[in-house]
Amino acid sequence: MSRIYLDNAATTALNPEVLDAMMPFLTEKFGNPSSIYSYGRETKLAIENARKSVARILNANPGEIFFTSGGTESTNTAINAAIRDLGCKRIITSPVEHHATLHTVEYMEHSGQAKLCYVKLTKEGHVDMAHLEELLADSSLKTLVTLMHANNEVGNLLDIKAVGELCRKYDAIFHSDTVQTVGHYPFDLRNTYVHFINAAAHKFHGPKGVGMLYVNENISIKPYINGGAQERNMRAGTENLYGIIGFAKALELATKNYEEDSNYIKELKQYMGTKLKETFPNVSFNGDSNGRSLYTVLNVAFPLTERSDMMLFNLDMAGICVSGGSACTSGANSTSHVIKAIYNGCSDKIVPIRFSFSRHNTKEEIDTVIEKLKELI
Amino acid sequence: MTLTPESSTFDVTLSIRKNHHLLFNYCMELKLPIYLDNNATTPMDPRVLEAMLPYFVENFGNAASRNHSFGWVAEEAVDYAREQVAKLINADPKEIIFTSGATEADNLAIKGVYEMYASKGNHIITATTEHKAVLDTCKHIEKTGGKVTYLNVKADGLIDLAELEAAITPETILIAIMYGNNEIGVIQPVREISAIARKHGVLFFTDATQAVGKVPVDVQKDGIDLMAFSAHKMYGPKGVGALYVRRKNPRVKVTAQMDGGGHERGMRSGTLNVPGIVGFGKACELCMNEMESEAKRLSAMRDRLESALMELEEAYVNGNREHRLPHTANISFKYVEGEGLMMGFNKDIAVSSGSACTSASLEPSYVLKALGLGDDLAHSSLRFGLGRFTTDEQIDYTINAVRNTVLKLREMSPLWEMYKEGVDIDSIEWAHH
Repeated sequence: MSRIYLDNAATTALNPEVLDAMMPFLTEKFGNPSSIYSYGRETKLAIENARKSVARILNANPGEIFFTSGGTESTNTAINAAIRDLGCKRIITSPVEHHATLHTVEYMEHSGQAKLCYVKLTKEGHVDMAHLEELLADSSLKTLVTLMHANNEVGNLLDIKAVGELCRKYDAIFHSDTVQTVGHYPFDLRNTYVHFINAAAHKFHGPKGVGMLYVNENISIKPYINGGAQERNMRAGTENLYGIIGFAKALELATKNYEEDSNYIKELKQYMGTKLKETFPNVSFNGDSNGRSLYTVLNVAFPLTERSDMMLFNLDMAGICVSGGSACTSGANSTSHVIKAIYNGCSDKIVPIRFSFSRHNTKEEIDTVIEKLKELI
Repeated sequence: MTLTPESSTFDVTLSIRKNHHLLFNYCMELKLPIYLDNNATTPMDPRVLEAMLPYFVENFGNAASRNHSFGWVAEEAVDYAREQVAKLINADPKEIIFTSGATEADNLAIKGVYEMYASKGNHIITATTEHKAVLDTCKHIEKTGGKVTYLNVKADGLIDLAELEAAITPETILIAIMYGNNEIGVIQPVREISAIARKHGVLFFTDATQAVGKVPVDVQKDGIDLMAFSAHKMYGPKGVGALYVRRKNPRVKVTAQMDGGGHERGMRSGTLNVPGIVGFGKACELCMNEMESEAKRLSAMRDRLESALMELEEAYVNGNREHRLPHTANISFKYVEGEGLMMGFNKDIAVSSGSACTSASLEPSYVLKALGLGDDLAHSSLRFGLGRFTTDEQIDYTINAVRNTVLKLREMSPLWEMYKEGVDIDSIEWAHH
């Protein structure tokens, strides 16, 4: 049975071109980049070139780019640094953040290291900007604002520039979890007021196990993982050499093909949305699907029936790979915290299904999915 | 997306096989430079890469995706690798927490125990010859209010067990002593250390990055409570490691240092590096099968290298020669600068004059200083790290190259001349400039 993969927000297939770029570093170019002989020098150079390439694409300085083991480590590093090194005593976040953010800020609150406030959401699930400003104006405590650029479950996009300007106005530290947008949208960090952003290569057809943390050059933080002078004393541990090369290559390819790929995927999303509405008049879409939303994610609210309850299971039986929430929470039976927050807790009448696309998907696949859904609902 | 064997992945796999061949060729014939720094990192075994390849382009699923087969395939691969890793160290698969490497595992063990057992005490005992990942983490702990005792080592690099026991206080929560040293290769008396730890109800953590896969490490027999190790030191990929955390007698807990989706039983969040973990598992399996014969082969080669170089005058082996990793030799050549030596055959032989993490600096190795070596001897040391792809021809070449370089450099050295004339150099008072 051929499978249809529509769970690209969870992870994406590695691009064979990226694997090609990684291959020399999985074979003969294996030196430890900290070693001073030729084996080490050539791999050190490769890492620095990767860093420059990533910096150029994001319009940042190479000195602001730090490679990590992934998005989760980057988020943990940023939030911990804001509290421990930058003196933040208060955190503003939203209830729909990724668990890497939510569990870290909750830990900060429980351990008494920071006060925690949640910004309200609009009915589309966006950050209520007026409330955000109210919160920022409300306290003289040094504040960290941590808000994700795009929601991984429903796809809502944050106006990162506008939030940045509010943070500038109130002298707050701003971290944005950009795991779903780096490699999918252009960035202009030199002209964006943001102190930390993070990325994971496997979300844009790069390898798993490697991520990035951007740290604005105007702030200085201490390492979160101690021991060894790697990443300019900022992140200890022998570098994931092939992973870093793969990260840069995947970002280069994503950037090169951005116009074409994003238009193509956008069309797929619209096509599926329209088809769904035509076929099932009583479905709706979670989040601001037709407004400010990721072009890669379509989160559909199917009305709860005895049949739709088993939908995820039945879709899988049909070889259609989707997700109910994020991959990280997909084991739990409870409704995702994002859906709950958007529905103000009244989400028990719907079955949310996240369809997330990549350039490998086709309209024919979507037609197949719609046909299958007809049988299942 | 539909994946078939006809897709481009297949071509990639073929081209990779060709590349493997290159790597094998490089092992077969004498090709320069010779890599003798396997303590810094190892080349990946082609069999490991082959195991990893299907998990890059084809079986790319997120191991946490529970709703579809891409996720299950990834999860199964991780489970299998976890068994392979656990088997090598005689652990239960549930006791293996995958990390991004040994440094992260060191951080998780020390900070995780420090936070989890805060109500019991705040004192940690370690040694001055530990890896930077342990030492820097301990320094970080001190900054947050913890107490750390840094045990000195004896001239042979081993810790003094009586000193260790005497350092234990009612506040002590953790003993962190490495298994095999990265610079000199000495193997600490792990079983005696764990017996002392047990006796006093203190947890024992060991950084076994250099030892796992090279010598038999058995967490049960060795009485280890927590253990860090990594794949790239045993012919696996970079960017993946593990922390062993004992689950019974006693059940050990650590506070997670990375919060998020609750992966790895809540102890380490973050999407799993599936190909990396698969490679780690395969690397462990290969070590499991080949360690015994490989250790014999390597120690014979190492001993041959060592005795040939020890024929030079004023050459000294650093560290205990008996309790030592089979593939490591650290030798000082008096009156010769290690950096000069390295420059001498830099293009032909890749060795290290300190640990790789600090080798770009010209500070003498803190490990050798801890053995009591003066700056001169510490500066004149070379670390030879043999590995799975080291051949007898490479050792022959190395013996010659090192000997010739040492002799040549000494010929040009006024200090060597004075020594040969019988001047006691250590008694000279040098004028200040």
